[in-house]
Amino acid sequence: MTDQAAIRVRDLVKSYGGHQVLDGLDLTVPAGSVYALLGGNGAGKTTTVRILSTLTRPDGGRVTVAGFDVTAERAKVRQVISLTGQYAALDEVQTGAENLRMMGRLSGLGAGQARTRAAGLLRQFDLAEAGTRRVGTYSGGMRRRLDLAASLVARPEVIFLDEPTTGLDLPSRQALWATIAGLAAGGTTIFLTTQYLEEADRLADRIAVLAGGRLAAEGTAAQLKQRVAGQRLDLHAAGPAAYAELARRAGGHGKADRATLTVAVPADGGAAHVRSVLDRLDPARDLVSDFAVHGATLDDVFLALTGHTASAAAGPAASATVVMKKETLNV
Amino acid sequence: MSDSLAMTARGLRLSVRKPDALITGLTLPPMILLVFVYLFGGAMNTGTKYVTYVVPGILILGAFLSSAATAITVCQDMTGGIIDRFRSMNVPGTAIIGGHVLASTARYAIAAVLMLAVGYGIGFRAHATAGGALAAAGILLLFAFAVSWLCAAIGLAAKSAESANAATFLMFVAYASSAFVPVRTMPSWLRGFAANQPVTPVTEAVRALLLGQPAGGHLVPALAWTGGIAVVSAGAAAALFRRGTR
Repeated sequence: MTDQAAIRVRDLVKSYGGHQVLDGLDLTVPAGSVYALLGGNGAGKTTTVRILSTLTRPDGGRVTVAGFDVTAERAKVRQVISLTGQYAALDEVQTGAENLRMMGRLSGLGAGQARTRAAGLLRQFDLAEAGTRRVGTYSGGMRRRLDLAASLVARPEVIFLDEPTTGLDLPSRQALWATIAGLAAGGTTIFLTTQYLEEADRLADRIAVLAGGRLAAEGTAAQLKQRVAGQRLDLHAAGPAAYAELARRAGGHGKADRATLTVAVPADGGAAHVRSVLDRLDPARDLVSDFAVHGATLDDVFLALTGHTASAAAGPAASATVVMKKETLNV
Repeated sequence: MSDSLAMTARGLRLSVRKPDALITGLTLPPMILLVFVYLFGGAMNTGTKYVTYVVPGILILGAFLSSAATAITVCQDMTGGIIDRFRSMNVPGTAIIGGHVLASTARYAIAAVLMLAVGYGIGFRAHATAGGALAAAGILLLFAFAVSWLCAAIGLAAKSAESANAATFLMFVAYASSAFVPVRTMPSWLRGFAANQPVTPVTEAVRALLLGQPAGGHLVPALAWTGGIAVVSAGAAAALFRRGTR
């Protein structure tokens, strides 16, 4: 196969009990690149990873990994991939070295080879001393490192990482980022999911934003940042009538909260932009009583991105808010 | 095949390092043996010295006690993260579950030696021919293998390790058999069940072989029940594994 794409997904569909999790997902991951799938809880990130790593069968669409079909050529796909899920795939009562040797044997290595490989990985992941201790005694960061090491025993071409740093403290997260960056430098294709914009920004060559079962946006970090404002401008209305007018004017670009009389719109944080937004939404200067600028949260990013797709597809501004809520509520 | 070996080695290591499973599987059967012989034995009328009667029964009870932990470990595997790793490595389900079953059977073999040693210490004597002893050992291992598959299937069906622990209750099937008291001493409503359930022919076959009595009539039902339990349980385990990993 002379396929330059390590992963190719076309029109992927998956639903669980009437809930459409993936609804026509398309994406292509170039070989040797790091690809981040960004999305909130319940956006379908884990479902996507499970289908790509052959654990779950798709309802429809076509998915190839390293040129092999994930349904028809499951065994071949499994020979070239590894998966590190959200929950550590380790035996707590085995030592770090024993876990790695076991994975080596299961990957078809002989006893001696498995021993050598385990020792090498323990050194590489700074676990050489901890290797003789049971995993039950490890810290969260050490477990993640060992889990990642275990996924590398068979030297996979494509690595899937499902939320690799969720639940880790900042130093552990940064250490893991360095490790993943090192793997990427070695030419391995890495597909990771994350809830953290910063993580995708730090690690990935390309970032895809998953919302509503398909990609809301895709591109390099720089391309996405141009589309997504880095800040959020909260406008507090002077009263209920002013709020209604403000929300109407903000249209598809704002998130309105009636209870607090607040309309939030994306902003770049610059004074000129804030001034132009105020002039556009409140030309008579009687609707906005005061305002505040916040750093954009992932919700704001989704609002900006899904707002575009929603207005393109259906028009009404309200649907953007509905999509957002779905994304944040479904776990 | 090498996958099954690696998974069996893993199963043995997990067995040795989980103290609760080890205590239930290894020390509980000899303790129950002592309780039955010294506390209840005086009141028992089995036609022989009670220890002679009850040791084969304890060997059967032990199969249930040592296999119960398999339900828990299988359930923990299926509900934890490790099953995804194994499957993404293309380790077949037969190796994943079969490894636990083989480890469970090996664990039973060690437990059985311990039960026999304690039995000998308190006066049990076998009168078996070499062939009879081998046959008894074979039936016991097959029976433990079958019960281990049954426990694995329970572990696959259970939603949590706590509910998988219900496999421990299988041991009551052993109590309602000829393992501890002759069926004729039971209330009439229980006799029909006790005489015709699988544990009784297996116990009687092992007892006859160990004590050098004619075992002929018990062998066929014992082997048929044991084989049947193994085949049905392994089939159920395979179906449950497929259901759980769709």
